[in-house]
Amino acid sequence: MNELLSLFLTFARIGGLTFGGGYAMLPMLQKEVVEAKHWATEEELMDYYAIGQCTPGIIAINTATFIGYKQKGLAGALFATYGVVAPSWVIIMIIAAFISNFADLAIVQNAFAGIQVCVVVLILNAVIKLAKKSVIDIPTAVICIAVALLSIVTDLSPIVFVIAAGVLGVVIQSLKAKGAKS
Amino acid sequence: MIYLTLFIEFFKIGLFAIGGGLATLPFLQDFAARTGLITSADIANMIAISESTPGPIGINSATYFGYQIGGVPGGIIAVVGLVTPSIIIIILVSQFLKKFKENRYVQGAFYGLRPASTGLIAAACFSVMQIALFSQDLFAQTGVFTDLFQWKHILLAVILFFVIKKTNKHPIIYLAASAVIGIVFHFAGV
Repeated sequence: MNELLSLFLTFARIGGLTFGGGYAMLPMLQKEVVEAKHWATEEELMDYYAIGQCTPGIIAINTATFIGYKQKGLAGALFATYGVVAPSWVIIMIIAAFISNFADLAIVQNAFAGIQVCVVVLILNAVIKLAKKSVIDIPTAVICIAVALLSIVTDLSPIVFVIAAGVLGVVIQSLKAKGAKS
Repeated sequence: MIYLTLFIEFFKIGLFAIGGGLATLPFLQDFAARTGLITSADIANMIAISESTPGPIGINSATYFGYQIGGVPGGIIAVVGLVTPSIIIIILVSQFLKKFKENRYVQGAFYGLRPASTGLIAAACFSVMQIALFSQDLFAQTGVFTDLFQWKHILLAVILFFVIKKTNKHPIIYLAASAVIGIVFHFAGV
């Protein structure tokens, strides 16, 4: 299949099956983009999420643009990005036009409460998978746990953590390089 | 020209809202207050719909907002406005990364960034978990410790965790099954 069409359809499927924003998209990306299509590695996915947190725009869109651009340049970026948004266009406009009390329907609320439980478990699995690749020694374990705890108990923006962790990474690696030399 | 206004307003939101869909909310409220094109009841309705339909929340909100103001073209143009800054910025970042991928400092930065990214996602998982598995409001009202837990939800989560580990199918299968279970067992209590 034409790769642009494949980018569009894959990201449309991901967009149409994601409940609850960028983080909920992660398990889908691991399954479709990393495992099935090999468009990116787990490490690259983490890089995209980290960068997507501290650049403007929606994380889901930033990640789609990254992967599309990597595969097929500007056209790839556009096909992947508009693939993610296409299902939203269709679904939201149909609901807005025809179902004024959609979110109040009992069946919708019950289904969504069930889906939410599943999303928690899917994200938890995604985190475990990522941790196996990103937590490779003691400093990275400390960074991971510290960021998780601090972002739960404080209101600090993710940007602060991403920048601090990036700087820390450079410092630790430089110190290691120095230690290896002497 | 309503379409041009929509494009410019959502372009600005895409440029300044950092960190995911809900970060766009204050900007939408500001837009509503300034233009009077949409009411706060519309915004409440928009959040409810955006969160209970598939797709990124920011994109769903922009579509809903644009549609209310300018019909189908309005919904499309609002989203195009919202994603255009992302596309430009991410392409620039990608080019930078391609050039400096082997650079010692860039590699060092990613060594620190990856665990931080994992930590942030873990924290997000924790906050969804609080909403999905626990009922803090009920606990605050009654003070009964066992009211803090949504037992049905926790049981489903534990079962799912092991089933997913064992079967490892596409996530949609587990999502669909959970939706059906939610309906059959009245997970929202209605």
